[in-house]
Amino acid sequence: MEFIYNYLSGLELGPWATSILFAMAVLVVAAAVFLVALTIAGFLVVVERRVAGRVQSRIGPNRVGPFGVLQWLADGLKLFMKEDLVPAQADGPMFRLAPYLVMVGVFAAFASVPFGMLLIASDLNVGILYILAITSVATVGILMSGWASNNKWSLLGGIRSTAQIVSYEVPAALSILSVVMLAGSLQMSGTASSPGIISSQGGWPWDWYAFYNPFTLVAFAIYFTSAVAEGNRTPFDLPEAESELVAGFNTEYSGMRFAGFFLAEFANVYLMSAIATTLFFGGWQIPAVSLAAQAASFWLRLVGLAIFVAKAAVLCFVVVWIRWTFPRLRVDQLMSLCYRYLVPIAFACLAGNAVYLLVIPAGSTVDNVIHWITTGSFGLLVLVFLWRVRFHIKRSGDRLDFDLLARGEKGSFDPAIQARPYGKFRRRHGKESA
Amino acid sequence: MSEPTQTGAQREELVLNMGPHHPSTHGVLRFVVHTDGEIMRKAVPEVGYLHRGLEKLAESQTYAGYMPFTDRINYLEAMFTEQAYAMAVEALLATEIPPRAEFLRVIACELNRIANHHITLGCITMDLGAYTPFVYLLRERESINDLIEALCGNRITHNYLRIGGVAYDVDNIWLGQLESYLDHFEPIINEFEALIVGNEILIKRMQDIAVISRRDAVAWGLTGPNLRASGQDWDVRRDIPYGAYPQFEFDVPVGPLGRGQAGDCYQRFLVRVEEMRQSCRILRQCLAKLPEGDIKAKVPKMIKAPKGESYASVEGARGEMGCYLVSDGGKNPYRVKWRTGSFSAMSIIEHTSPGLMIADLVALVATLDVIAPECDR
Amino acid sequence: MKPAEIQAYLQQKLDKQIEWHEGEKNTGDPWAIVEPDLWVDACQLARHDTELAFDFLRNLTGTDRPDDGKIEVVAHLWSYVRRHAFVLKTTVEREAPKLSSLATIWPAAVWYEREIFDLLGVEFSGHPDLRRIMMPDDWVGHPLRKDYTEQADYRGIPTSRPGYVTAMPEKVDE
Repeated sequence: MEFIYNYLSGLELGPWATSILFAMAVLVVAAAVFLVALTIAGFLVVVERRVAGRVQSRIGPNRVGPFGVLQWLADGLKLFMKEDLVPAQADGPMFRLAPYLVMVGVFAAFASVPFGMLLIASDLNVGILYILAITSVATVGILMSGWASNNKWSLLGGIRSTAQIVSYEVPAALSILSVVMLAGSLQMSGTASSPGIISSQGGWPWDWYAFYNPFTLVAFAIYFTSAVAEGNRTPFDLPEAESELVAGFNTEYSGMRFAGFFLAEFANVYLMSAIATTLFFGGWQIPAVSLAAQAASFWLRLVGLAIFVAKAAVLCFVVVWIRWTFPRLRVDQLMSLCYRYLVPIAFACLAGNAVYLLVIPAGSTVDNVIHWITTGSFGLLVLVFLWRVRFHIKRSGDRLDFDLLARGEKGSFDPAIQARPYGKFRRRHGKESA
Repeated sequence: MSEPTQTGAQREELVLNMGPHHPSTHGVLRFVVHTDGEIMRKAVPEVGYLHRGLEKLAESQTYAGYMPFTDRINYLEAMFTEQAYAMAVEALLATEIPPRAEFLRVIACELNRIANHHITLGCITMDLGAYTPFVYLLRERESINDLIEALCGNRITHNYLRIGGVAYDVDNIWLGQLESYLDHFEPIINEFEALIVGNEILIKRMQDIAVISRRDAVAWGLTGPNLRASGQDWDVRRDIPYGAYPQFEFDVPVGPLGRGQAGDCYQRFLVRVEEMRQSCRILRQCLAKLPEGDIKAKVPKMIKAPKGESYASVEGARGEMGCYLVSDGGKNPYRVKWRTGSFSAMSIIEHTSPGLMIADLVALVATLDVIAPECDR
Repeated sequence: MKPAEIQAYLQQKLDKQIEWHEGEKNTGDPWAIVEPDLWVDACQLARHDTELAFDFLRNLTGTDRPDDGKIEVVAHLWSYVRRHAFVLKTTVEREAPKLSSLATIWPAAVWYEREIFDLLGVEFSGHPDLRRIMMPDDWVGHPLRKDYTEQADYRGIPTSRPGYVTAMPEKVDE
């Protein structure tokens, strides 16, 4: 936006014309950002359902569009055409307002989310603070929907959700503070002249803030957990717990209002991944390419965009993966996790980072060695994880099937029951088998 | 009821309705939950939504014709209800069941037990928020459904047992398929244990939750895995042997197993996992020892049981499945009463619920393995 | 202990006559019938006596016998300790059946007695929560009785429907 404003000022059309043109530009950019975020949310819905399908040994949506990628359009159209129900005893204005508040809370944050170098709607110099603040608006919307639905279960869901979101903002903010301390700035993207969070990192993994020192690695884990909890995703999705509350604060909503909540939740998933990428994983920085070189070349900026989206996509995948793996925590366990574990650990990380900054000068050999050690240990953890996966697959006699798109390339499913001649097992099982 | 708080505001108990329609898949049950915030004062179960009058229907059916009705009492463990009914009638008729028929009954029942535990364990994890194990277990259950479909033509309501034996024989091909299924399935139990049983979140949701002591379990009439998880070492197959069970060697898992105390939700979960393993063991012994012979004893075409009554019970997957049969000498039963494990399990919920949280009520109902058709008949 | 021995023991302890019955051809289970006044005492004895120790109320149900004008309430008892079983019955008048509740002896009896009340109409005195369990609360009649006829409609919903043939005769091809 600054870029547009400077350009318009440079044209010297006079204050009225500049302001009107700028206002129009704002609307166009806002609409563009909203549409981009909406598309991402829609696409994420399909990704979630496909991943869920593959995790559960089934296919997932694959009819609408190639590999089902247009499923979200079909769903959106269906929800659009549904009957608009408002319960008779519900609080009309609040019931109608709630989805919009939630959507505003999530989509407005996209104004300060970078996509690539120089590709950000508004690189506010208080970027991350703005994002943290505006996402809290969603909480009001959730509470409103829970109350206005005139349904005790929705109310319970709304209250639980509000308590959860408000509580988990604390460790999220504390872990973000660690990064802000390191970067020295709240600005998300940053340029050569005004340094921001991404521009203070580098392209290589050991230049990222996640692997800066063990404290930031833990801070990343805390941020990720808190962000998943704020987004009401499993394992923290008790407010939407299907087996108890049908759909929690969403229960009485149908049609486009429900679509509002639904899309806001998935946009939030991308939002939290994008923020984590920005803060911890180096954003759009390309390895071995300097900021100036990237600022000069359009193609390098395109590569930066691709890198940013890829990193955010990996994190989105992790969020979706976790959803289909874990059961949910009970509300009191959730709160005790936040206040008794995450908050003290986040404080400890903050203090640790502060001491680190004081004691170890940035850019010195000790600093670099600690970066490499942290990166190496994380890589080691990943390798241990993969080894355990292989061990368990072997132990259960299963086999690894990389058929991600479920095209049946690996041949048909081995039937569990096969015809076998009778005589064989007579001899095999002559004696007892345990 | 309202209570004044310290600041003078009124404090009321919230009465919630976990209505007959809800996504927790235990059939059509209803709980009227009196809560104080998250903590429950009590949860009163309301049953009867699935009451189909199966006991009264028996009075208008012939003895042999009632067999398909018995499937519907608990469609997930239909072989057990069929066996209980068949045993009750056979006790009155004093028929000798041929050994091959007894073995086939055991095979059918143990397969049904494994299939039932798939659903139960899947539903427990699904109610606690993990949707994936349910789908995995359903996938495994498909193999059992295929086997049973090859055996008797139906995947669920089998109508396989008859008074005096079973309806259809098995051949070598089917037995080979059963053996390959066992070879396929036993490592899956290990995989299930590695992936799901040790999951920290599941343990936190189930360990030390809703503890039912042994005295309570016995006094309230709990049976089956629920009773064993509370520490009472009792299994009808081993302790009041029926059918071909005396010839098999199997362990009976009794709580506490692994972590937690006897009688909590986690124990009820673990006992069922171990039971699946033991069922596989029994099935392998069946395969090794299956005798030749008839599959059905000679019973008259129109069965008229002599006057009297009998009570036959089998160790069903959900508890003791008992059939109390009163005969007046005619061709219809005079009275049939089904004693089911879910009925007793539902009755204990009101007693156990005070002090639990609403989320724990879900865990309690899921681990007690209550299903409505068996409770309501 | 064998059922006959248990019956003899009970008879001796209660000091009253207990009828003993067996099946017509000696098949099935034998049972003992006590007077309704002795019902609670007999059950109390069965539960707490150390020789009997019937800690498990396996089944508690009722049978309608309109020919005798009675409703039989039957309890199947099992002892985990002693490993023996027993069938204990009592009979109550069909017109106004009343019996004392066993809820204080075996908590399992609470729901069984609710079911007997609902489906057969036996009123249990001393029951903590005697209301219908299977049927809706405002149902009229007791379905398991032999002379039960269904009410014509329940809150406006008819309880019978004409079959396809009577309802749409024009669609049935002869």
